[in-house]
Amino acid sequence: MREITDSSIQEVREKALLIRRDIIKMLGESGSGHTGGSLSAADILSCLYFWEMQINPQQPHQADRDRFVLSKGHAAPVLYAALAEKGYFQREELDRLRKLGSMLQGHPDMRKVPGVDASTGSLGQGISWAVGMALAGKMDNRNYRVYALLGDGEIEEGLVWEALMAAHHYHLDNLTAFLDHNGLQIDGPIEKVMSPEPVADKFKAFGWETLVIDGHDPHQIMAALNTARTIKGRPTAIIANTVKGKGCSFMENKAEWHGTAPNQEQVALALGELV
Amino acid sequence: MEKQATRDAYGKALVELGRQYNDVVVLDADLSKSTKTADFAKVFPERFINAGIAEQNMIGMAAGMAATGKVAFASSFAIFATGRAFEIIRNSLAYANLNVKVCATHAGVTVGEDGGSHQSVEDIAIMRCVPNMSVVVPADGTSTRKAVEAIYHRPGPVYLRLGRPSVPILYDDNMDFRVGQGIELRNGTDATLIACGIMVAKCLEAADRLQEAGISVAVIDMHTIKPIDRELIICKARETGAILTAEEHSVLGGLGSAVCEVVCEEFPIPVHRMGLNDVFGQSGSPDELLDYYGLTVEKIIENTQILIKKK
Repeated sequence: MREITDSSIQEVREKALLIRRDIIKMLGESGSGHTGGSLSAADILSCLYFWEMQINPQQPHQADRDRFVLSKGHAAPVLYAALAEKGYFQREELDRLRKLGSMLQGHPDMRKVPGVDASTGSLGQGISWAVGMALAGKMDNRNYRVYALLGDGEIEEGLVWEALMAAHHYHLDNLTAFLDHNGLQIDGPIEKVMSPEPVADKFKAFGWETLVIDGHDPHQIMAALNTARTIKGRPTAIIANTVKGKGCSFMENKAEWHGTAPNQEQVALALGELV
Repeated sequence: MEKQATRDAYGKALVELGRQYNDVVVLDADLSKSTKTADFAKVFPERFINAGIAEQNMIGMAAGMAATGKVAFASSFAIFATGRAFEIIRNSLAYANLNVKVCATHAGVTVGEDGGSHQSVEDIAIMRCVPNMSVVVPADGTSTRKAVEAIYHRPGPVYLRLGRPSVPILYDDNMDFRVGQGIELRNGTDATLIACGIMVAKCLEAADRLQEAGISVAVIDMHTIKPIDRELIICKARETGAILTAEEHSVLGGLGSAVCEVVCEEFPIPVHRMGLNDVFGQSGSPDELLDYYGLTVEKIIENTQILIKKK
């Protein structure tokens, strides 16, 4: 059990703010990309990268490192911001998001970006990678842990459920999956497009230890991660209830901010709120 | 003539590979008894993962395992491995250039009685057009064994295409298998027969019978469809002036197409492609089906004779 202190919560909050500011700035610079779902996951990634995961930016390929798979790969900006903040690469790279020749592709490319553990973007595939990574860890008796982040629209993909089934079947207690449950996908509310609800019941039915938390409360995220580390014999799902576009009032809970980048005026407005 | 199914050779080769290299893992999707990965599972249960009837997740898990340093061999029938899981192969294996070897059995019409739904005739084409992917189609048990070792050492994703029925053993253990290098089994001057998989043995028999009729043809075992051996194709095009290709696959996108691409660009000569002419298979015995679709020694002879007249 790792201690959750006021100072660790404070640090994670500060990093989450920096991550959100970087998301806005880099998307403003690129002119395209996925803003809403990047902002909704910022607190989760901040807790993972600045509190939970055993990683070293100087050794991004170290065999025993913890691994993170951004299964909802379109939220690449939140991952890039966290990696830059952690020191995997220079922050100036963020301005090159989605530009020709940039290592920061529209969706994460493990062959280009130090610290990216899996190339993702086609939905449903990342969780399958994460299961494979956790399986390999068990096979070799390694102690690393694997974390994945799924979107709640993403789980409409059938492959996700194949992967969830396998994770339970192979008793992968070294695997923890977050569900960024912001309730919106490109075409609208998930419950209108193709409802995956009740999501918690479904993860439970697939044999996962299932926790439901506020995905913007660092204390709850950290406590859930602590719990996940104590669960033996099965994987843990953390259903994180979140707000799409969290932190920018004019983006919050709006499906149209799924795949839209802010213009310069909106960047200024957003950065004015993110203080 | 001694016979062995390439899938049987694959199963045995995997066990050998597992003994030699600790980083080898094998995955299957509930067909291990048919694909022969069950041989590996029996000896190395701790390194075998059954994905259940979930080919997409099998490939996804293989990607994750390869990303940690494993060399993953993932098997199913060709139709499911390349068809059902295509986009996972494309985005998770090939785009990330991972060390996963998709080794599919039951390719082509020689699946037999199960019928057209289970007979993959387009897998070479769809694997060939994916960047980073290599495509290997061995002709017999010996070259299958050698191919398994060779693709283990080749970094990146590979598609290995294997068959169901027993086929003649063409090579002895001293054969030299190199990915990307075709093997000239017969020399000849009037035309060149370029084949892969089960059609190699048929081309050899056709060459013998053509010889009796006074026609001299070269025979190439083009076991690697990608990267294709351009040099050898150009050399034979120059030397013999006519090429016949033969494959247990659609004439669209497979070996015949790959050979034509080279010939068109480098040294245009008459080419005849033998394969399935843009049709699906059906139920029947393997030999009946090969006969029905014209993949026979007699047809090779007939087509070669017509081809030579076009020179």
